[in-house]
Amino acid sequence: MSGPASEPVLPALVRGVSVVVGSDGEAHLAERPVVALCRCDRSQRAPWCDNTHKLLGAAPRRSGTERP
Amino acid sequence: MSITSAPAALPRPCGPLSQLAAASIRVGGSGRVPDLDEHLPQHPLHDRDFQLALWTLYELHYRGFADAAPEAEWSPACLGLRAQLESVLEAELRRLTAGAAATGVAAADVPAHLVALTDGGGPPAMAMWLRREATHEQFVDYLAQRAVYHLRESDPQSFVLPRLEGPAKVALAELQYDEYGGGRPERLHAHLYARALESIGLPTHAGAYLDDVEATMLALVNTMSLFALHRRLRGAALGHLAAFEATSSIPCRLVALGANRLGLPPEVAAYYEEHVEADAVHEQVAIHDICGAFLRHDPECADDVVFGAVTCLAVDDLVADAFRARSDARLAAETMVAS
Repeated sequence: MSGPASEPVLPALVRGVSVVVGSDGEAHLAERPVVALCRCDRSQRAPWCDNTHKLLGAAPRRSGTERP
Repeated sequence: MSITSAPAALPRPCGPLSQLAAASIRVGGSGRVPDLDEHLPQHPLHDRDFQLALWTLYELHYRGFADAAPEAEWSPACLGLRAQLESVLEAELRRLTAGAAATGVAAADVPAHLVALTDGGGPPAMAMWLRREATHEQFVDYLAQRAVYHLRESDPQSFVLPRLEGPAKVALAELQYDEYGGGRPERLHAHLYARALESIGLPTHAGAYLDDVEATMLALVNTMSLFALHRRLRGAALGHLAAFEATSSIPCRLVALGANRLGLPPEVAAYYEEHVEADAVHEQVAIHDICGAFLRHDPECADDVVFGAVTCLAVDDLVADAFRARSDARLAAETMVAS
């Protein structure tokens, strides 16, 4: 990515729901006490967050096991 | 279908410390606490005898052993032995993380700091290697090496629940409920891993893996037990949990792809696929709802939470380095034999 990384869009945590209707109009069973709903619109497991938002906002790649 | 196992026998000792631990556990009672000074290693995180001794003593609080004296779990001899080992482990973890942990971050800023610690740097080398390069044999070895953690998944953190109050306690219970299958035994995460092991013909009880497990892998689980079993380290336990959850989802996605690349049974990818989604949730809960709430209640524990998180990342790196070295050495040995 060129230019400065923008703030990642975080998922919305929702509790106490049993079904979530995704932007695709499909109904998805919520099988966890807390679900994380994708708000970056790039999850491969929509409507659930799969951390793609982190990859989109990622800083330039560093060498393997380096930690900040 | 459930995969359960009867309590195993005490593991085979691999040195004087694990020998002393096993002997104390068999006898139980209030015998003299052995003095360990002459046996303590210089590099405990890489010492199998040290880590196995500690693991064996901690296991008394988990599944126990068929040949343990029933009173061994709380016997002064076993606790005194364990305390000496814990003192060495904690000192080494603090030494390892001294630079990164001494941040002086204010309690209110710790959640943002946890995000920053776990957010950067691109995909980790270990997960990428499993995704793209690991052979079938190396991947199976990886699954076997991690069994001591996954077959007890989330159990250490359960010991932290009674140490907390209010919103942090509720959020930890919420996370644990999901880890423990959300009310469904077939979704219990440790059970999902057992099914993955079973699908590739590996044993499903942790004891089967102890003779061959790397010291660093035992250190990973021993660190979780250390933090969870001491009230004064509850902040570290929560910081460790947050870092663990926050560095899981993306690597699990890669590992699942690696399992598919190698054509492993679907149960293997299924374990990792579940964690892509589950840990995307748990990361948010652990950082904000658990650590954030905990520090609003106990702001003096800010440094402990950071220490726990930094320790998680540092030990993860040691585990990954040790595993790659092991894999390379085994491949080199096989190549020599073949040529």
